[in-house]
Amino acid sequence: MRHIISILLENEPGALSRVVGLFSQRNFNIETLNVAPTEDPSLSRLTVTTVGDDRVIEQITKHLNKLIDVVKLVDLTEGNHIERELMLVKVKALGAARDEVKRTVDIFRAQIVDVTPSLYTVQITGDAAKLDAFLQAMAPVGILEVARTGVSGIARGDKVLSL
Amino acid sequence: MELLSGADMIARFLKDEGVEYIYGYPGGAALHIYDALFRQDSVKHILVRHEQAATHAADGYARASGKPGVVLVTSGPGATNAVTGIATAYMDSIPMVVLCGQVASHLIGEDAFQETDIVGVTRPIVKHSFSIRHPSEIPEVLKKAFYLASTGRPGPVVVDIPKDMTAPTERYEYIYPKKVKLRSYNPVTRGHTGQIKKAVELMLKAKRPVFYTGGGVVTGKASEGLTDLVKRLGFPITTTLMGIGAYPQSDRQSLGWLGMHGSYESNMAMHHADLIIAIGARFDDRVTNNTSKFCPTAKIIHVDVDPSSISKTVRADVPIVGPADSVISEMISLVQGHPIAHPEALAEWWEKIDGWRADRHGKLYEPSKQGEMLKSQEVVEALCRVTRGEAYVTTDVGQHQMFAAQYYKFDKPNRLITSGGLGTMGFGFPAAMGIKQNFPDDDVVCVTGEGSFQMMMQELSTCKQYGVGVKILNLNNASLGMVRQWQDLNYKSRHAHSYMESLPDFHMLIEAYGFTAITVTTQDELEPALERAFADKHELVFLDVKVDPFEHVYPMQVPLGSMRDMLLSKTERT
Ligand SMILES: Cc1ncc(C[n+]2csc(CCOP(=O)(O)OP(=O)(O)O)c2C)c(N)n1
Ligand SMILES: [Mg+2]
Repeated sequence: MRHIISILLENEPGALSRVVGLFSQRNFNIETLNVAPTEDPSLSRLTVTTVGDDRVIEQITKHLNKLIDVVKLVDLTEGNHIERELMLVKVKALGAARDEVKRTVDIFRAQIVDVTPSLYTVQITGDAAKLDAFLQAMAPVGILEVARTGVSGIARGDKVLSL
Repeated sequence: MELLSGADMIARFLKDEGVEYIYGYPGGAALHIYDALFRQDSVKHILVRHEQAATHAADGYARASGKPGVVLVTSGPGATNAVTGIATAYMDSIPMVVLCGQVASHLIGEDAFQETDIVGVTRPIVKHSFSIRHPSEIPEVLKKAFYLASTGRPGPVVVDIPKDMTAPTERYEYIYPKKVKLRSYNPVTRGHTGQIKKAVELMLKAKRPVFYTGGGVVTGKASEGLTDLVKRLGFPITTTLMGIGAYPQSDRQSLGWLGMHGSYESNMAMHHADLIIAIGARFDDRVTNNTSKFCPTAKIIHVDVDPSSISKTVRADVPIVGPADSVISEMISLVQGHPIAHPEALAEWWEKIDGWRADRHGKLYEPSKQGEMLKSQEVVEALCRVTRGEAYVTTDVGQHQMFAAQYYKFDKPNRLITSGGLGTMGFGFPAAMGIKQNFPDDDVVCVTGEGSFQMMMQELSTCKQYGVGVKILNLNNASLGMVRQWQDLNYKSRHAHSYMESLPDFHMLIEAYGFTAITVTTQDELEPALERAFADKHELVFLDVKVDPFEHVYPMQVPLGSMRDMLLSKTERT
């Protein structure tokens, strides 16, 4: 099963490489990885999506917790949560396709953030499935470039991941 | 207020931390530190002849004393030479602090002379690592390094020190930090009481229980408690290679050790058990054999200080995260006054186990007859007699390692010092050196093979410099015996590169360093040679014992089988 693990990480040099290294060292898999500072400058928040059965996920969280630079973590998929990813896509927008792209962008509640006579740059947010669906819809028109942030997430309700 | 340079802070910190010996080798990036060591006399620096030996010596010291071993090396090749020893310590959870010189900060990343990203290189084989970014943080970082190395599940910690951090001209305030806190590191201090209760209930109701304990009991200093608990319950106990001696092997309840070359009765008992009480052991592949066939009828209690060890390879029914000593003492207080529910079943279980014991009694190997080559097994038995089972025994890796573990009887923890997890040839001799310096009045013997010894024999020179009186017992089968054994079993005896051609004349080699060597080829020579070797505690003596190269280590678990699937000799199997 797919899991979203969010981590509060010491904002130390080398901390990120310990997390990433752990995954390759122990043969765990990383589907997406997203990392940025938090409101507390001493902490980064890192979100990783990974796939594995319960035994593997248990090992992943235990080994992550063992890293000295990992301050706290949560497996968001264990409860209700909000999952978002941002994607920027350059698609061909020529002739009849130009309107077609515009319509699809509206249907997906995406935005066109840059234009040239021959292409649109589209910004879209949502869960990974929505982004995948948008790419599928655009494929016949011609996708020129894709930039995805990887999944970020947060628990629903009162639950808070903090120190 | 005291102002010190970074280099002086390091020397001073080591003193304040109570470090007596450090093992190292100088080089450009570490020279400020070496100069600081020169100007003090509390911390003794031992100059090894290869940085790998520094790590093994510090490791041996750490295992024997329970305190972290300390290593100092220079950047680049100095640091990379230490890598094997760091990995060895990591795999066996040994506390160690490795101080590595590094090129000056402004040169980092420029492929400067002797620059290696040692923090990157060692990342997967350390508990944690630090890079010093300002001289003033040295005391705090070093304290953290020692704290991390020696608490929770111990392990090696690397501290990377760019040369400018130790410059003699820049001085900062030095205060020895008595304590440090890391907000993300809180090792557990006791197990969950509810879980411990559950475990004890299972223990009291068990009909065919076995204790299976590992290095965690030894490093966790829980041997006494364990012995008490096991004696109270009257259960059989087997240990891992790393756990040997945590319970006295000469006691009737001890089945020896288990796994690939473990005792027949240990492996049989594990397979047939209805309850396995694992403490400080990690169910690794050299113990479990095929995990899907592992102990089919047993419930499993697993106590470990490291949660990631629990249910990693074999699922635990009652997981308990906690340090061995405190969990064991809680177990003892719960067991107290509660008799076991099925004493008759336990008696039957013992009958069965004693039957397995009797099956193999006197059949473990065939002693040599007059005129035949000596067997390694009988040499180790003689060693045990001569040293009354009280020596510190280090080993290298191979057949001699298994024979040492099988035929020397250990009644105390920390007496068999061996590279169990990584299996590092070359470990034994420098490890013995590290132990002997710190326990000068004890017998310290390295049981080695001619293959392994040649990986670290340059340390004879270190022993000469510091007068280290270790004994070296070379079980010389003129071959990479363990490799050869596998080739006999799996490759129709095609001995690809397992034959040691052009061995040195060990006698002359040892004498070249000014030490005594004794060559032993016959039974008559063996005990007198051993007596002679151990006569003077402070003299290095090398025994070159020519042993039968055709001998195999048995029992040997059959690959992919269960615990009880074993080859028992060249012709018998279970
Ligand atoms: C550094 C290292 N290289 C290779 C091996 C693989 N290996 C395991 S046992 C062995 C043979 C050891 O020979 P020797 O020291 O003579 O011991 P023997 O088995 O003959 O008793 C080898 C090569 C190892 N364990 N460590
Ligand atoms: Mg050999």
